[in-house]
Amino acid sequence: MACIEARGLRKTFGTTIALDGVNLRVEEGRILGLIGPNGAGKTTALNAILGLTPYQGELRVLGRDPWTERDQLTRDVCFIADVAVLPRWLRVSQALDYVAGVHPRFDRAKAEGFLAKTTIRRTSKVRELSKGMVAQLHLALVMAIDAKLLVLDEPTLGLDILYRKQFYDSLLTDYFDRSRTILLTTHHVEEVQHVLTDLMFINRGRIVFDCSMEQIESRYMEVMVHPGHIAEAQALKPIHQRQLFGRTILLFDLAPDLASDQASNHVDRSQLAGLGDVRTPSIADLFVAVMGGPAGDTQGAAV
Amino acid sequence: MNTQSSAVSGSFGSQGIAPAALSVTRPMYWSVRRELWENRSIYLAPLVAAAVFLSGFLISLIGLPRKMRGLSALDPAKQHAAIEMPYDTVAALIMGIAIIVGVFYCLDALYGERRDRSILFWKSLPVSDLTTVLSKLAIPLVILPLFSFAITVATQFIMLLLSSVVLLGSGLGVGTLWTQSSFFHVSLGLLSHLLIIHGLWYAPFYGWLLVVSAGAPRAPFIWAFLPPFVICAVEKMAFNTSHFAGILLYRATGPETYTPVPGSTMMDLMPALPPMHFFSTPGLWNGLALAVGFLAAAVWLRRYRGPI
Repeated sequence: MACIEARGLRKTFGTTIALDGVNLRVEEGRILGLIGPNGAGKTTALNAILGLTPYQGELRVLGRDPWTERDQLTRDVCFIADVAVLPRWLRVSQALDYVAGVHPRFDRAKAEGFLAKTTIRRTSKVRELSKGMVAQLHLALVMAIDAKLLVLDEPTLGLDILYRKQFYDSLLTDYFDRSRTILLTTHHVEEVQHVLTDLMFINRGRIVFDCSMEQIESRYMEVMVHPGHIAEAQALKPIHQRQLFGRTILLFDLAPDLASDQASNHVDRSQLAGLGDVRTPSIADLFVAVMGGPAGDTQGAAV
Repeated sequence: MNTQSSAVSGSFGSQGIAPAALSVTRPMYWSVRRELWENRSIYLAPLVAAAVFLSGFLISLIGLPRKMRGLSALDPAKQHAAIEMPYDTVAALIMGIAIIVGVFYCLDALYGERRDRSILFWKSLPVSDLTTVLSKLAIPLVILPLFSFAITVATQFIMLLLSSVVLLGSGLGVGTLWTQSSFFHVSLGLLSHLLIIHGLWYAPFYGWLLVVSAGAPRAPFIWAFLPPFVICAVEKMAFNTSHFAGILLYRATGPETYTPVPGSTMMDLMPALPPMHFFSTPGLWNGLALAVGFLAAAVWLRRYRGPI
């Protein structure tokens, strides 16, 4: 059973189209990154998945309709909308008591264990904690819940790099266990490169890129072209081109026909390796390439 | 994939019982506790009012023996009224405080969580919108009346004890005091008044405030009080009638059962058990139906509205 399945998901606010026919499928046990520029529809998509907003089209989360069956889903689906949403008057001990009181799948000892690794005192109120500590508290609460789907919308927004790193480390080591599914959005794409198993780009309410990380490795290749081979390399139809330190870097899609592209000139790895230094592109490079249009043409780049 | 799904269905089966056993009452209980954590004024305001009143009463005790001597010349009805007066006053004071606290609590209950975005945290937990709104409605309808009752009775009891000590100390008997203050009978009346009038009769008022709190884009106070005012004004202008104002006034002053009878104190008007015809007053049931409608609207609004 797919954890999340959407077909033709649409959502409009007045005349603004937030989601324009989103199709996506997330299997159980994946860590999916939903990346997109501001206003691309990320949060709207997450809100639809969490049953926080009504929508048109077909959407199933753990086999249920998240809008009409939200009350049944809240036990299995957990989310952090933003670290700044813990109420400021709440004491740490009260937060533990409350979640333990209302959530049947909350393991209090586990949460206490996470908190023991921090400097957060039980008697503190949320308003007395630093932003990083609030994030740690929220994460400790959420990670102690045995949920099937965890949704994180910009979970590290406003945190410094140390906290961000710690956040993803503990998410992977203390929480993720292959039977759980995590869906996250972030602007710090370079930091989630090794966290994700799947990657989706969303732009203007549509999924414009959907690929697993393994596929990216086998399908995309970046070549820092030797100066003498530039014309030759460009003839192979790179999907993106940029300059770095006077060198030309070209990004190739090794299986463009998969993306129903007419130009089915197969470029193979050995051919590219002969033109310069090759490597797997980073998420950020792919993002720029996909959002920025073909071969350095920046038309339509809504970033 | 196969092993995964079987592992998942296994854990689902074993945990399927726990959520079922965890009935509606547990989230409700914790939701009400949560409200008391956030809004400490629910019990602090009446406590402070009682403490202030008691300190004033303590000072007035100096004159008590003189007053009691003067009273003995009067007829029993007047004696009763004079002795009962401070006890009535404290009950009315705490009741008034409870109403003010209830009104401001309701206006903020569903607005505050949207304003500080914490609604996203509350909604991430398995507590339904209905449970949340019901727990918030329970504060003015059940919790505040019970707190006010407990605090009022405790205060009155302390007053009675202090008066007795003073009277005994000045060599006067306490018989008149204890017979005329009719403490226990009055307490029952107070409890039933609080639960019936504040809990049932005023329910549509609090329901309306919760609807405004759930829906207002900003300034819930204005959204709550301006529309009724405008309706009254427009009705007066257009038809030169004041039916709407009459309805509001009727709701605010309570059913006929409680219209004051001259010569008796406020407390005497509160029967220990409400008369049967109170429950056959159409106003009660109309009001409750309206309150249920407001409740449904507040639940609906909380579902749709996100943080501001």
